[in-house]
Amino acid sequence: MLKTRIIPCLDVKDGRVVKGVNFVDLVDAGDPVEQAKIYDREGADELCFLDITASSDNRETIYNVVGRTAEQCFMPLTVGGGVRVNEDIRKLLLAGADKVSINTAAVKRPEFVQEAANKFGTQCIVVAIDAKQVAPGKFEIFTHGGREPTGIDAVAWAERMVAYGAGEILLTSMDRDGTRKGFNLPLTRAIADAVTVPVIASGGVGTLDHLVEGVREGHAAAVLAASIFHFGDYSIGEAKAHMAAAGIAMRL
Amino acid sequence: MTDCVAIIDYGSGNLRSAAKAFERAVAESGRAMAVKVTADAADLAAASHIVLPGVGAFADCKAGLHAVPGMVDALTQAVRRQAKPLLGICVGMQLMASRGLEHGVHDGFDWIAGDVAPLTPDDPALKIPHMGWNDLVESRGHPVLDGVRTGDHAYFVHSYALKPAVETELLMTCDYGGPVTAVVGRDNMIGTQFHPEKSQETGFKLITNFLGWRP
Repeated sequence: MLKTRIIPCLDVKDGRVVKGVNFVDLVDAGDPVEQAKIYDREGADELCFLDITASSDNRETIYNVVGRTAEQCFMPLTVGGGVRVNEDIRKLLLAGADKVSINTAAVKRPEFVQEAANKFGTQCIVVAIDAKQVAPGKFEIFTHGGREPTGIDAVAWAERMVAYGAGEILLTSMDRDGTRKGFNLPLTRAIADAVTVPVIASGGVGTLDHLVEGVREGHAAAVLAASIFHFGDYSIGEAKAHMAAAGIAMRL
Repeated sequence: MTDCVAIIDYGSGNLRSAAKAFERAVAESGRAMAVKVTADAADLAAASHIVLPGVGAFADCKAGLHAVPGMVDALTQAVRRQAKPLLGICVGMQLMASRGLEHGVHDGFDWIAGDVAPLTPDDPALKIPHMGWNDLVESRGHPVLDGVRTGDHAYFVHSYALKPAVETELLMTCDYGGPVTAVVGRDNMIGTQFHPEKSQETGFKLITNFLGWRP
């Protein structure tokens, strides 16, 4: 049977890891490729790079990082952050990314997702959705790191993105991101139950039980986490063992 | 002449990671073998092994392959007349079937009898695409699957699957609300629905075996 995936995420700025694991044995802890190799060895099911490079002058650095990672890690790699036009996607795929995640550009012009899926195939188009609870049972899309409300209903948006060809939804609970209080489970479940494609839950993981809840109660197909792995609280192996012990099918 | 594996580039997805995985398998097995990603039909004549990758929709891949001058003829010549070992990956494997039923009915190479039809898991809660790591179930042995066993995991991402009409051509399955074809093979041809280049150890075993395969 299909296994639930654990996806560590690395924030990369100007080609360097901003918030990464403090592994003592790394020659260069700021090198995303070094960190990717460790996650690869630990049995991560996929890897995600979020490019938070602000200046467009430095966009080239992410292609270099993706290229060097693809040469050494033989696991699926998703890259997001600043993807605006088909040419950005083409460059990332040519560098070695398997999937590309689109966020703000989809909100600005939803047809971009349709065009990207038509050109590159739905299998490599991930739509990233940042959502917050605005009233009981009501969730809204936010952009710009959760600062800008859009007035768009998150469930309707997810359904529309899937209709446009998103092969996967990366859902971040913006009201939980960075809190380590766990995923927003009603939000996660509302989206996961509404769409036919896999949903990756993200945002707010502080304990291994949160990962279990995301799957059990949030109905997520995969869980993405950054901090708990970066700060060395838990290893990928520990997370997988914990989820397996809770009865979730994992690749061990 | 040095053996050469030709990975056919017809504009379907990124081939860099596939090429790197083959290069690593070549290096680790100590073979003297070149890996060439090529859009030149003439390169198939010089190749000892051929890889047909593919991501996206069946018809798009078929159109892309046909758009490369002489490629379909060169591939048919190399695989069917010269019996060079062929590995089809994902939609590349699906193209080996008789027909694809994605967005209309499209003819495949008809090397593996059967249709490529939508996944219809018996549990409606199962997501489409079938995306992620699933464990393999062996149907019958094959030299390219040496050391790849029931329970080993491989990385899948697809919404359609090949249903082989000839039972002996089904080599491995996985379970996704019912059995789903994972590997098919016949004569000098083998195809995987999963991505060996993304499947870590399972994938390396398979790629290494393929490079040494002399059917």
